[in-house]
Amino acid sequence: MQTEPLKPKYEQLLRDFYTQFRAIHIDQLERKWITISLLVIGLFVGIITIDAFFHGVNPPSKVETVDSASLHLNKEFAEDNLGVQADEKGNVIVRMVAGRYAFFPKHISVPAEMPITLRWVSMDVLHGVHIPMTNMSTMIVPGYVAEITTTFPKPGEYPVLCNEYCGLGHNHMWSNISVIAKEDWKAPVKSAAKGGSTNE
Amino acid sequence: MNDAAERKLALSHLWVAFIAFVVACFMGEYQVLERSGFIPALDSPSVYFASVSTHGVLMAFVLTTFFIMGFGYYIASTSLKQPVWNKPLAWGGFWLALVGVVLAAIPLLTGKASVLYTFYPPIVAHAAFYIGATLLVVGSWVWCVIMLVMFVQWKKANTGQPVPLAMFATTMNAMLWLWTSAGVALEVLFQLIPFSLGWIDTIDPGLSRTLFAWTLHPIVYFWLIPAYTAFYVFVPKQAGGFLFSDEMARLAFIVLAVFALPIGFHHLYMDPEQAKGWKLLHGIGTFVVALPTLVTGFTVIASLEIAGRLRGGKGLFGWILSLPWTNTMVLSVILSLLMLIFGGFGGIVNASYAMNAMIHNTAWVPGHFHLIFAGTTVIMYFAIAYYLWPMLVKKPLFSNSMALVQLWTWFIGMSILTTPWHVLGLLGEPRRISSVVYNNLLTLAWKPYEFMMIFGGLILLGSACLFIYVLAKTQLNPAAEAFDQEIEFAEPIHAVASLPEWLNDIKLWNKVIAVLMAISFGYPILQFFFMDTSGSSPWGY
Repeated sequence: MQTEPLKPKYEQLLRDFYTQFRAIHIDQLERKWITISLLVIGLFVGIITIDAFFHGVNPPSKVETVDSASLHLNKEFAEDNLGVQADEKGNVIVRMVAGRYAFFPKHISVPAEMPITLRWVSMDVLHGVHIPMTNMSTMIVPGYVAEITTTFPKPGEYPVLCNEYCGLGHNHMWSNISVIAKEDWKAPVKSAAKGGSTNE
Repeated sequence: MNDAAERKLALSHLWVAFIAFVVACFMGEYQVLERSGFIPALDSPSVYFASVSTHGVLMAFVLTTFFIMGFGYYIASTSLKQPVWNKPLAWGGFWLALVGVVLAAIPLLTGKASVLYTFYPPIVAHAAFYIGATLLVVGSWVWCVIMLVMFVQWKKANTGQPVPLAMFATTMNAMLWLWTSAGVALEVLFQLIPFSLGWIDTIDPGLSRTLFAWTLHPIVYFWLIPAYTAFYVFVPKQAGGFLFSDEMARLAFIVLAVFALPIGFHHLYMDPEQAKGWKLLHGIGTFVVALPTLVTGFTVIASLEIAGRLRGGKGLFGWILSLPWTNTMVLSVILSLLMLIFGGFGGIVNASYAMNAMIHNTAWVPGHFHLIFAGTTVIMYFAIAYYLWPMLVKKPLFSNSMALVQLWTWFIGMSILTTPWHVLGLLGEPRRISSVVYNNLLTLAWKPYEFMMIFGGLILLGSACLFIYVLAKTQLNPAAEAFDQEIEFAEPIHAVASLPEWLNDIKLWNKVIAVLMAISFGYPILQFFFMDTSGSSPWGY
């Protein structure tokens, strides 16, 4: 391999490419249209990128692994640790297990207008979950923890629906969530003996 | 040129495609009926999911692949004015793919492969399903090789000449498909087949999903390119005008093929196994690939305007009325573009990184891809069939007015089917459910839309049957006089005498794709071999 003349060679190639590119016949009107298209695309990409970098608007993307086959032995996702908890700093954390065909715990209560971190794991196959009329949506892939932080703006009763084909009983996979006005909500006290206080 | 052998080859492929299509249309109508819950006797998740799996495979894999192969063979032989290279090999590819379809159909129809066409490991299907799907893909690789060989041979014999645009687009598609299918091939060969045969105990669904995402986006461009080819090489001539720009058409195909590949993670936005930086990178690429579609929209509409004005159309919009609306190709392109505008808008919502959370895995998504694939793309498959059939069977089209009714009903049916489908998604209905059993008041709002979809499906089913009827009647018509019109490719306003090599070849773009793929998929795939992951054991369904 000759390394010495490589750089000028590529420079020449690029220069040729540029001259040839300039020589292509592009109609004035088409030129304008392409410019407008590029500006529109640039605007969309710009908004998305600024939101991602400066406002932290990102989809759930925490690459965190877990052994889905032994959740019962896993401290965090053992049965008595599921549901809603508030940590020392007052952050609300919800731990949920998805399995054919329900989300566990079957019912939880969370406050409105407060950031809530939901951590979802699967104990069997692929699932997905969304809460209609909110932006709580994530895939639940076995082997990974799906973490999403969101705020529910309005109090009310919402269904929690499985949105990924997980078997013939897939339609039956759903649970409920109550979003309670912020002032009426009391942080559950974490206690291993009692289990998650709002669990049914 | 006596092209009887080419015509037989193309016809055989196209018939397999369209028979698969019409069978799948019956399943589609059954599915909207079952899901609506209006006929309680139909309620059966096992039949429903077997049907959805089969419908998806027939439409997305069989209709498309066989159509593209048949269309490609005919385009290659007519645009290059050469017989198809190595016909025994081409027939070998045909039979291999067909055996694959039959092999996959057995477990699908008997409910042993209800894993939907996107597979969903760690749920496993019968191994015959994966092996059959693999044979179909290998059969299509034979087609890719033949297209590439014919392209190279023609270039060698015609040094310095621009490759005919139709063949350039077809070769780009063959190259695109080889790259595209590699992802799913890796998943099927190293994960799904060994998993379903019990050779390996566990697999990582995160890796499977990443490999499938490699294929999942460019595959739709593989399906779309024949439609765009018709936009550029048939429509202007059929409308009575000229192609606005030959070079821009080539550039559009190049950008489509190159940027369709490294952007698959917009299917994984909501997935936990990929980090946000990679998702954002793929998200930006997704917007870049909107550019060739915007350019195509411009070129096609500009070509139509030229035609309209040549036919005496005046005023800002008067040229639209003077277009030959009774020409099946022209009507199809108008309806196709209308569906593309709405479908493209939906696509931008899907592509929008975080906004995707609003519609991910809701009924919006099948609404979107039915509009853009079954609408925009398949209506052009119809147009191509109506245009080519008389040349393939050497008899005139049985009835042009029936064909026009068929195209209009397809458009109307698709609008009635997909509009409520999008609304259902915004109202929170998940996709891939066989009935609505949530004990929640929200579901009451879904009912009227479910009901509308039954009618949309019914119109589409009628339209599909009419399509098959017109094709069969054309071919079987004993009284028809001979038809000896030849295929006509549109001429550009400015004829191209010579082109820079990178607008006339695929070599450079192949290298660019290799680099982009290494950047966008290299680490995201390798990470699974460095992370401490726990595999999943197989599950039934």
